[in-house]
Amino acid sequence: MTLAPERRAISPTEAHHSGAQHASSKPSGINPRLSVTSDTVRPPRPAYKKSGRPNADAHLTPEDIEAIGVELDALRKEVMDSRGARDAAYIRKVIATQRYLEMGSRALLLFSGVKVKGVRPAWWLGTAGLSVAKILENMEIGHNVMHGQWDWMRDPKIHSTAWEWDNASPSSQWKHSHNEIHHTFTNVLGRDNDLGYGILRVDEDQKWNLFFLFQPIWHVGNALLFEYSIAAYDLELGRYVATKKRMSEDEKAKFRSDAKEVVDKIKRQATKDYVVHPVLSAATGSSRTTLTANVVANLVRNVWTNTVIICGHFPPGIATFEKTSIEGETRGEWYVRQMLGSGNISGSKAMHVMTGNLSHQRIRDLMERYDLPYVTGSLGKQAASVYWKVVELSLPNKVEGRRRRDIVRLAAKKAWRKKSLGRF
Amino acid sequence: MTRPRLGAPTAPGPVRTLLRSGRRVAELLATPLVPEDYLDLLDPLRSGADLRGRIVEIRPETADAVTVVIRPGRGWLGHVPGQYIRVGIDIDGVRHWRAYSLTHRADGSPAAGIPKDCIAITTKAIPDGKVSTHLVREARAGTLVMLDQATGDFTIPSPAPAKVLFLTAGSGVTPVIGMLRNHLGELADVAQVHCSPTAGDVIFARELEAYAASGRLALSVNLDDEHGVLDLARLDLLVPDWRERETWTCGPTGLLDAAERHWADAGVADRLHTERFRPTVVEPGEGGEITFLTSDVTVDADGSTPILDAGEEAGVLMPSGCRMGICFGCVVTMRQGAVRDLRTGDITLVEPGDELPVQTCVNAVAGSCDIEL
Repeated sequence: MTLAPERRAISPTEAHHSGAQHASSKPSGINPRLSVTSDTVRPPRPAYKKSGRPNADAHLTPEDIEAIGVELDALRKEVMDSRGARDAAYIRKVIATQRYLEMGSRALLLFSGVKVKGVRPAWWLGTAGLSVAKILENMEIGHNVMHGQWDWMRDPKIHSTAWEWDNASPSSQWKHSHNEIHHTFTNVLGRDNDLGYGILRVDEDQKWNLFFLFQPIWHVGNALLFEYSIAAYDLELGRYVATKKRMSEDEKAKFRSDAKEVVDKIKRQATKDYVVHPVLSAATGSSRTTLTANVVANLVRNVWTNTVIICGHFPPGIATFEKTSIEGETRGEWYVRQMLGSGNISGSKAMHVMTGNLSHQRIRDLMERYDLPYVTGSLGKQAASVYWKVVELSLPNKVEGRRRRDIVRLAAKKAWRKKSLGRF
Repeated sequence: MTRPRLGAPTAPGPVRTLLRSGRRVAELLATPLVPEDYLDLLDPLRSGADLRGRIVEIRPETADAVTVVIRPGRGWLGHVPGQYIRVGIDIDGVRHWRAYSLTHRADGSPAAGIPKDCIAITTKAIPDGKVSTHLVREARAGTLVMLDQATGDFTIPSPAPAKVLFLTAGSGVTPVIGMLRNHLGELADVAQVHCSPTAGDVIFARELEAYAASGRLALSVNLDDEHGVLDLARLDLLVPDWRERETWTCGPTGLLDAAERHWADAGVADRLHTERFRPTVVEPGEGGEITFLTSDVTVDADGSTPILDAGEEAGVLMPSGCRMGICFGCVVTMRQGAVRDLRTGDITLVEPGDELPVQTCVNAVAGSCDIEL
């Protein structure tokens, strides 16, 4: 191209705005995921996975997968075409409700220390309202807006490129790790970091190591501090710590600027919740109670969002995929992977609003027709099953001829030896 | 009427410091939003807000033209007659922006039934004109619309020229009626030639006739269905001294192109001022030219290559993400043009003056498009 400015050729990873270090999702040539059909013959799905568990979609023929792709494309188009003034009014109403609720709750909390007959009514009401406001903001508004679900309105204020959510993780970094990595590589072992967030073993096909023995503790800690673990996770803090020595200066600089962005965001969030609002409440002697109210509201939001998310990702019956299975993947195959890799929650309309409307009846019908497992249940049941799975998978898989406690003991011994060796 | 914004640097010393720190606290309270997000809930028309307006009346002018009277927010800075504004209105939940000439009095006084401190635009429903059709047939009083400040240089200079000609057709009369309402008293010698399909289609017919009857405007109306499309050679009959007149013309592209040739041929091109509402018409096609505005790069791409790939190939630093239309990491602003969604085949058109964020990874150029990168 003669019109292009003199510039050295850029590699796909460099062109990537989020930096060279993130896993690039660029396929070579025209992206096969743009089409439900494929020029090449797609390899059949293996009947069993490494762990010996059956593959949920092994019975689908390439024609089935293509038909599912066509059907979901049609459903997608139907949904796109039906969007209109009612939907726009809905999201604006939710946003307005959330903002009034937050303002009202925070106003109440200015009097959070005032006692009436031994109780602090403003604290209880204000904390409840603020918790709900934060959950609404994160789930039904923030998550969906940042997903681009409302971009079609062309309203620059309710747009994926502009939204900043009430959470420690800056929206730019969340969008990268969630929309790009997670939804491109949903439940692909080794590619989708959401699969256990790198600290939990939630699938038999994930390798066990000693670290996972204590995962019930990691899990509860993760739930309580969820907004900060999301931030650390989106920042890829773990990867930085592990591979820092091998990183180039550019990669390190990129990490530092991302880290600064996170720290600035956390500072602003914490100043609002833990400094400014308590200070304003000092007039009624309510500083301490407003501080606790904000702490509790953030904890409630953390545990709630964590619960919803683990129910969407980790209940028993959710499928995982091997890296090789997605090479040259078509749009139909991607759809199948999305369906098999997500769980749903049954419940009232209010429940769906509070969980960001992550469940889908039409999809259920389709999956049942193709004999694919549609994972669903009440929030309580699904959450309990995940908690149980976290406990269960803290131990290694059962292998014939070996006792699990021997495997654990051996791993512990190895780790101990390595540690002592390292000391000398 | 503009009042200083909260925290704006116009207030004196201590007040200014106080306002500043007040604003700082408000920002700390509102994060991750900004204080404006909350204030907009309470009063979207307050000063300091993004400029908006509320439709107060939609008044029919002809069978397919209306005047939309809008009460603008307090940040409205006023206009010079002949200028236009961009109006953003939500149709089926989707925001569309279009430019319209202002037709009300610039000094804020009521005229032609437009109340004090309101602004007015006049539009004619054109076939396939999404916004104009909506304004004429669907829009209701009470609707909140987005506005931009007035702009445009299709205005009468001060002091006004001694002899003036307005050459208009169809809804091209709108910037001119704005000038007449505001300036007729200052203009000594005004002629107007207006073209319209039929007598019933003449917007502001009664008002123009009244100006003519009072002797302040030499008006000739060319009805295309009766007299045929105006041949500019007839100007010698209608306004014999047209070459000496400072002329403002507004109407369909055909008329404007013909006028520019005619005035150039007569050697008086500098006396002609034109206003084009639709500088280029976007015709969707298969593949075409992609212009990356900031990078100053133009590439030809076929109808199956995503804009993202075409841009990367040409060395433009494109933001990207999942490359399959789900992550919105590649979204950039399209200024004008047409693109085709590679998943559905749907065409999206962006008219000049409008803008639209597009996902470059799943859209290919369809005709041509200008990308803000």
